[in-house]
Amino acid sequence: MKRVLIVVLTLAMAVAVLRAQAPTDPIRIGFIVPLSGPFAQNGRDILNGFLLLLDEVGYRAGGRQIQLIVEDDEAIPAQTLTKARKLVESDRVHLMAGTLLASSGYALAPYVDAQQIPMVFPVVSSDDLTQRRRSKWIVRTGWTSSQPNHAFGEYAYRTLGYRTVATIALDYAFGWESVGGFQRTFEAEGGRIVQKTWTPISVHDFAPYLAQIPRDVDAVYALFLGRAALQFMRQYAEYGLKGRVALIGSGTTTDEAVLISMGDEAIGTVTALQYSAALDTPDNRRFTTAFRRRYNKMASYYGESMYTGGKWVLAAIEAVGGRVEDRARLLEALRAAKPTGLPRGPVELDEYGNPIQNIYVRRVDRVNGELQNTVIATIPRVSQFWKFNPTEYLRLPLYSRRVVPAS
Amino acid sequence: MAKGSRRASALRTDWRAGVLGALAIVLVVGPLVLDSYWIGLLTQIVILAILAMSLDILLGYTGLPSLGHAAFFGVAAYAVAVLSTTYRADFWTSVLAGVAMGTASAAAFGLIVAHVRDVYFLMITLALGMVLWGLSYRWIPVTGGDNGISGIPTLEAHAGLPVAGPLAFYYVTLLVCAGCAALMRTLVRSPFGLTLRGIRENEARMRSLGFNTWLHCYLSFVIAGAFASVAGVMWAYYNGFVSPTYLDLTASSELFLMVTLGGPATLVGPLLGAGAIVLLKNVMSAYTARWLLILGIVYIVAILAAPQGIWNLGGRRSAGPERT
Repeated sequence: MKRVLIVVLTLAMAVAVLRAQAPTDPIRIGFIVPLSGPFAQNGRDILNGFLLLLDEVGYRAGGRQIQLIVEDDEAIPAQTLTKARKLVESDRVHLMAGTLLASSGYALAPYVDAQQIPMVFPVVSSDDLTQRRRSKWIVRTGWTSSQPNHAFGEYAYRTLGYRTVATIALDYAFGWESVGGFQRTFEAEGGRIVQKTWTPISVHDFAPYLAQIPRDVDAVYALFLGRAALQFMRQYAEYGLKGRVALIGSGTTTDEAVLISMGDEAIGTVTALQYSAALDTPDNRRFTTAFRRRYNKMASYYGESMYTGGKWVLAAIEAVGGRVEDRARLLEALRAAKPTGLPRGPVELDEYGNPIQNIYVRRVDRVNGELQNTVIATIPRVSQFWKFNPTEYLRLPLYSRRVVPAS
Repeated sequence: MAKGSRRASALRTDWRAGVLGALAIVLVVGPLVLDSYWIGLLTQIVILAILAMSLDILLGYTGLPSLGHAAFFGVAAYAVAVLSTTYRADFWTSVLAGVAMGTASAAAFGLIVAHVRDVYFLMITLALGMVLWGLSYRWIPVTGGDNGISGIPTLEAHAGLPVAGPLAFYYVTLLVCAGCAALMRTLVRSPFGLTLRGIRENEARMRSLGFNTWLHCYLSFVIAGAFASVAGVMWAYYNGFVSPTYLDLTASSELFLMVTLGGPATLVGPLLGAGAIVLLKNVMSAYTARWLLILGIVYIVAILAAPQGIWNLGGRRSAGPERT
């Protein structure tokens, strides 16, 4: 009896001692992306970028082990929220990262603020999340939809020499904000958007839309992603537009995730984004080689986004010395973090929590038998407000289907 | 009736009474011991149960398979969202307008669908559901389009309740659900409900008996829409935001599955179905990325083993609850 008592007491003390050393518990990071449904592949790429980085550091930062808890939100906003609740209230994560769709991002923001959980958005690009509807606890390491397009609009006028452009884009917030951004700077230079065509997200056949595109414009600006981008590229060539009207567009139209499935029809397309897998820097070469070795495919913007977002997370954890329980300090550290060696080049956060970063103008080329986004110009240090004054910019309405109207 | 089968029938009743008791205990006492995440899941189950039960009135009792039922749920949720954020309306205005808007859209759509049956009913409700989905998606100045509307106040704050938090919200929801369930139970056992069942079994005969079957189907559609609106109002407050996914085809068909999995024409069945699907989705996906596969297997097994739904398990005919 006495012996049993001693064993029990020893165990109890051991537990008490272990409890007291709380900082040796692993740091729990909650991660939400769609892993099923139509966006599963994008979600998988984002996750892969993070896994690659965590492996590189051996799942350790700030002297503590890192435990990653992955949840699938099926790209349904209500489900994103449910999974966030699970991560915060049941798993008690210290910080969160992830999600893909703008609607999921907007759905999460009030909850994240109410729970005061620092969260990193690597991909969600809706302008207003770091503009008119800012959230204190969300740090965006990705981009705003209009950010590369502001730079690209000016470039298209000045360097590419285009004067008239017709746009064709997916009919939702990402499309409106991208096209709006392009139009604002392109027209400020003196160019003219002669026609804006919107296609449903579920579009299967581009024939009726391609038939409407005027043949006498200097270029067509296209915004698509995933399957729609593949289909559009093919039909653009089939309708005899390729070679006749130059094709430019959003970075997602020729993102590496879809580029690997494209053929010669994509060659020559010029797009703008904050990343290209063909970016020729030592940091990016190291990243793309490691990504290819591990996943046997070309790195895409999705993979890079969370690799970089993860660097932010790690830098912040190091800065607070692993004491992630103090959420306010962790948030400060996230906002102040200056990670280096990023695949996309130098990045810093502005005071609104959005990156200031290089925008790369990329042209699709075939190199060594593989299509790639060759960087043909670098526009350095582009902010989400471009060259506009932030206060004045925020007084303008958010880009939508009607803002800015076609001239 | 043979003696043996009577005993078997009594056994089945016992089985159901036991499950019902256990369910009541879990729903009433469970949240007191569970953490807030599980309370959240239970809240979801209870709200979706109201919605699934409302579809059961149509699908189970009237025999009208609607694939657009989530639309009324969505309209009510959007009404609450728009009123409480854009117009800063007070609690009762938002709630009543939400229910009224949902019911009104059901009343309008009912005029179009109440005269068709079977697969035509399915197709027209699907199309009308997509119309409302399209409206939520494209009427950007009001609905925010794809981004939806966030920032709906919590129910506790909006209603000025002295208590707050997931537990308080859960019990409010449970009360609402119990109230709705009681009303629906009274409805399906009333002469009106019996007429609906008659229409389901043989509409021509009911008509020849002098019943206005069109009116009965129409009212059934509107009543189901009204209860769906109540669920929509609760859902808007629960999530704090609305988005077009509330009204889309996936939502409607998942709802359809809840009713068929749980057992149509039982009212308890849809509650079980809602519980099963919410739990399967959320618990399973935490353990495996292949959770959709498991969910698919569960559906197939359920259809093979219990074609009339879980609650009708044991060879019970689908005629609905015993008349007591």
